[in-house]
Amino acid sequence: MKLIRLKGGALAGAALAAGVLTGVAAEAPEVVHPAGKTSTEYIATLFVFMLATFVGLDVIRRVSRLLHTPLMSLTNAISAIAVVGSLLIAGQQHGTGDWNWINLLGLIAIVASVTNIVSGFLITDRMLKMFKKREVKKS
Amino acid sequence: MNETLIQMAYLIATGLFVFSLKWMNGPETARRGVLAGVAAMAVAVGGTLLNPGILVSNYKWIALAVLAGTVIGVPLSWVPLTAVPQRTALSHAFGGLAAGLVGVAEFYVKFSEGGKGLGRFEVGALCAEVLLGFLTFTGSLMAAGKLQEVKFIPSRPVTYRGQNLINLSLLGVAVICCVLLVVDGARFAHLFPVVIVLALLFGVLLIIPIGGADMPTVISLLNAYAGLSAVAMGFVMDNKLLITAGALDGSSGLILSIIMCKAMNRSFANVLFGAFGQVQAAGGEAEKRTAKSCTPKDAAEIMENANLVVIVPGYGMAVAQAQHRVREIYDELTERGISVKFAIHPVAGRMPGHMNVLLAEAEIPYEDLVEMDEINPEMPQCDVCLVIGANDVVNPAARSNPKCPIYGMPIIDADKAKTVLAIKRSMNPGFAGIENELYFADKTLMVFGDAKAVTGEMAKHLAGEGEGGHRTVG
Repeated sequence: MKLIRLKGGALAGAALAAGVLTGVAAEAPEVVHPAGKTSTEYIATLFVFMLATFVGLDVIRRVSRLLHTPLMSLTNAISAIAVVGSLLIAGQQHGTGDWNWINLLGLIAIVASVTNIVSGFLITDRMLKMFKKREVKKS
Repeated sequence: MNETLIQMAYLIATGLFVFSLKWMNGPETARRGVLAGVAAMAVAVGGTLLNPGILVSNYKWIALAVLAGTVIGVPLSWVPLTAVPQRTALSHAFGGLAAGLVGVAEFYVKFSEGGKGLGRFEVGALCAEVLLGFLTFTGSLMAAGKLQEVKFIPSRPVTYRGQNLINLSLLGVAVICCVLLVVDGARFAHLFPVVIVLALLFGVLLIIPIGGADMPTVISLLNAYAGLSAVAMGFVMDNKLLITAGALDGSSGLILSIIMCKAMNRSFANVLFGAFGQVQAAGGEAEKRTAKSCTPKDAAEIMENANLVVIVPGYGMAVAQAQHRVREIYDELTERGISVKFAIHPVAGRMPGHMNVLLAEAEIPYEDLVEMDEINPEMPQCDVCLVIGANDVVNPAARSNPKCPIYGMPIIDADKAKTVLAIKRSMNPGFAGIENELYFADKTLMVFGDAKAVTGEMAKHLAGEGEGGHRTVG
């Protein structure tokens, strides 16, 4: 019940935000923001976020309560998708040299994310292996 | 060409992540879910490495960092299952750290380029990323420390006067800094480090007043934060894969926290800002009441004569590592044709689903692990309810006594069983510091001792090897 209400609230909020943003966009249709993007592009990103959240809420709601601990370690590994950002920061050239402190931050972030990816997937699988059905009745 | 390929890779990865979580809906398909997740991650990393901006000369450093992460990650996946909550908290900390660091790097990269590429939208997202990332980092480290019972971190809630005021004003200052940065990033750039420090500090202060029983909710909440910081990173870097994967993680954390809150009949605000277990602990009841106790041998005999035995495990079972002994009891009883079920309260243990994993480790078939809502209607037919190291989740005061701090929390109706056997180390009240009426009821027999020792003896007697093992304490 609470979830439904929550979803309703989230939907209303997202719709409101989208409305406000489209309003802004409509007023100045061709404004290019400092990042070199138009308002519609930002809204497209927000769309992706909203839809992904709904898919997430719906998929997660169906996960068996038995598996909530493995679910959490799996999502741990999935949230280590931050590795994508870390790779870009660590690999790209910043400033004049091909190496500076920014790259170091990226590398630390890679270590942290890869730790999560490796340990997250491994421990999830280790736990899931333990969930067994009842053996066929002996008697 | 490359760009299209990269985006295609991200698209595939997103689809695989959704399937990965979808397959977690039952134990039959769950391992396939892990496989899908691994594949998604591999595709995502592979696609990212195709990015032409990544210097060839930096690949060796990246490889080194990946190796270092693997070296740390592999042993972290071998921890005993009782330590899984700590490990989870620790990995939330790593996730937060990664997001925070990337945010800092992004800010200074864009800033040194004269602030181009830093629209208001990006700065806002950056602030959210750094704030969430760093507060998750220190908050999760604190949570992991509390769960691991590290010496210098008190695992009991620490409260002081004006705590909430201090916390909220800290957060307020951080938000004001963020707003100023959004308004004029170049002029207020010096406020950025302030946001970082405040986020780190806020994370610590947020977790200090939280005690063990609230950990399931807090861990779930930190899970959501880690996901949301990845979403924010996606907004900054204009990367849709970061947004989708982060949103999946965020919604997972959100749903788990809601389930945990509902299972305790408390609100988020109450969990985060209303440390409990402080006031009641001191008072206690003056009148001395006596609880009946029995030996493990008696308990074994009582169970032998039952038709339906319901076992309620709690954190005490995890601490004592008693799950394998419990499995022996389960085997002995089922062999006699007695049906045995496990009643799992959503907040039993220190993280969502904690008890299920421990019992699965002991090879108890998952069909016999039953949720609270399903088992409660069966409780009046239950002959023996064996409570192992659980306390507040079977306290009938939650149903009957409006003055009690856990009033309104859904409980497992252990008191409706014909006989209750409760294994406990002593009569000390549980985490919430509330006396449990159940232990003084006429139908309740206490079996004092360490959960592992007691269950071990019960199993021995059931197996018929017990010779007079009279070991009662208290």
